[in-house]
Amino acid sequence: MDDGAADLPAPYLSADAGPYWRAAQEDRLVMQLCYGCGSYRFFPGLLCPKCGSDEQVWGPCSGQGTVYSLTMVHRAPNPAFRSIAPYIVALIDLEEGPRMMANIVGADRLETAIGDRVKVCFEARGPEIKVPQFVRVGS
Amino acid sequence: MLRNKAIIAGAADSDVGKTPHMSGLALNAQAAQRALDDSGLSLDDVDGLITAYSMTEPYFMLGSVMAEYLGIEPTFCASLTVGGATPGAALHQAAMAIAAGEAHVVLITVGENRATGQSRNDAVKALSHVGHPAFEMPYGPIVPSFYALIAQRYMHEYGTTREQMAHVAVAAREHARQNPAAPAAKAIEVADVLASKPISEPLNLLDCCLISDAASAIVVTAPDRAGDLANPPAWLLGIGQCHTHEHVTMAKDLTQFGSATSGAAAYKMAGLGPADVDFAELYDCFTIVPIIEAEELGLAAKGAGGQLFESGESRIGGRLPINTHGGLLSYAQAGASGGMHAIVEAVRQLRGGEGLRQVAKHDIALVHTEGGVLSSHVTIILGRDAH
Ligand SMILES: [Zn+2]
Repeated sequence: MDDGAADLPAPYLSADAGPYWRAAQEDRLVMQLCYGCGSYRFFPGLLCPKCGSDEQVWGPCSGQGTVYSLTMVHRAPNPAFRSIAPYIVALIDLEEGPRMMANIVGADRLETAIGDRVKVCFEARGPEIKVPQFVRVGS
Repeated sequence: MLRNKAIIAGAADSDVGKTPHMSGLALNAQAAQRALDDSGLSLDDVDGLITAYSMTEPYFMLGSVMAEYLGIEPTFCASLTVGGATPGAALHQAAMAIAAGEAHVVLITVGENRATGQSRNDAVKALSHVGHPAFEMPYGPIVPSFYALIAQRYMHEYGTTREQMAHVAVAAREHARQNPAAPAAKAIEVADVLASKPISEPLNLLDCCLISDAASAIVVTAPDRAGDLANPPAWLLGIGQCHTHEHVTMAKDLTQFGSATSGAAAYKMAGLGPADVDFAELYDCFTIVPIIEAEELGLAAKGAGGQLFESGESRIGGRLPINTHGGLLSYAQAGASGGMHAIVEAVRQLRGGEGLRQVAKHDIALVHTEGGVLSSHVTIILGRDAH
């Protein structure tokens, strides 16, 4: 996944997610932690979807999670992804609760299965932005 | 409460398949003309117009664009965007407008020139935008990937098999081959589906719907017009919606969806239950989807949806015929057209006389439309008579 990763697309940057991307640039995963109900939330937003509160802090996440589901993509959407196909798109349940999508990267990525334990890492998408990715740490 | 408050007076598809000589608007107009002919009403009678959206042609206010193209000046007009559920949502809107007396004859037309109006690569790119631009698209999913994530989890939790999913595609192809309007295609077996090109595992090419040029239209009106139509109408007995998320990452659970809620609302309005359904037209953008929908709508027990297709019960002539026209998998799919083809097919089957593919018992039809990634659901129950 490292080869050519810089050609892969950068995310759309919304003001909702500024702190998320700034932390990712420093290899840290952060999410909004609600003062109203104590839950982490993702995707980022103004209001907590559980309790409606707009009071929150960006809290650190452990970066540890479990693979909830995954798919090996053979038919890539564009030339950049075609150059790394097949690759794994996974849904990861973080220890803190939220679910997120990412690729599983690393030499053993194509062996990934539901239930595998994974840990966050960060991949550059151009000089100014990094996206969270995950590597397997156990099955 | 909309039971018996609206009827589908006319229903028709455009030519489907590859129609490079026709624009997306022309396909919609052709479907509209045929649906009006089918109803015995004319464009002059139409005071309401609802369209979907276009991803192949650069039109913004598609409802107004379509009115302009048809040369009508409706007093009720909207363009809706809930993906594949758009035809169901449009029928709901039309029925509400009619029941409220705000419109009397509503034309609904959906579809576009997906096959020839853009290259296949462009189609993949455009559709990819159902993915989140910040938190999904950077990871390279294609639309089948979103459904593949569901399929993988479903197989993990319920033991649904690749073979059962393949049976969905095989049955759809068999039904399409009995449909004179469907594009010509050879019969397929389970082994062909399993051996077709992998797209996004566990989905192979033959687990994925067609990309067609197609449009489809219905004419909805009030029951007081039932007597002066060209063909018997279909009665709207029940309809229900539920919208739980748009992006697959935000779905609370990949084994339970809003279709249970939309279905329950439709059954309640109709005063009917799953056992009353004679045949069903379920959204089948990917083979896993009608399996899940059958379970969510009570047509099969949880985890037993695959069996419904594997056993042959879902075939024409079986206990519960499903997707009698060939579905999105083997009849046609163009933007929001898939769900409307299902409604059109239900109307025809309810009337009877569909030849080889006519189902034996045709009093009550269930149609389920779904958009996004099992995100937006509209369940419709239609009857040959008022109920
Ligand atoms: Zn909260």
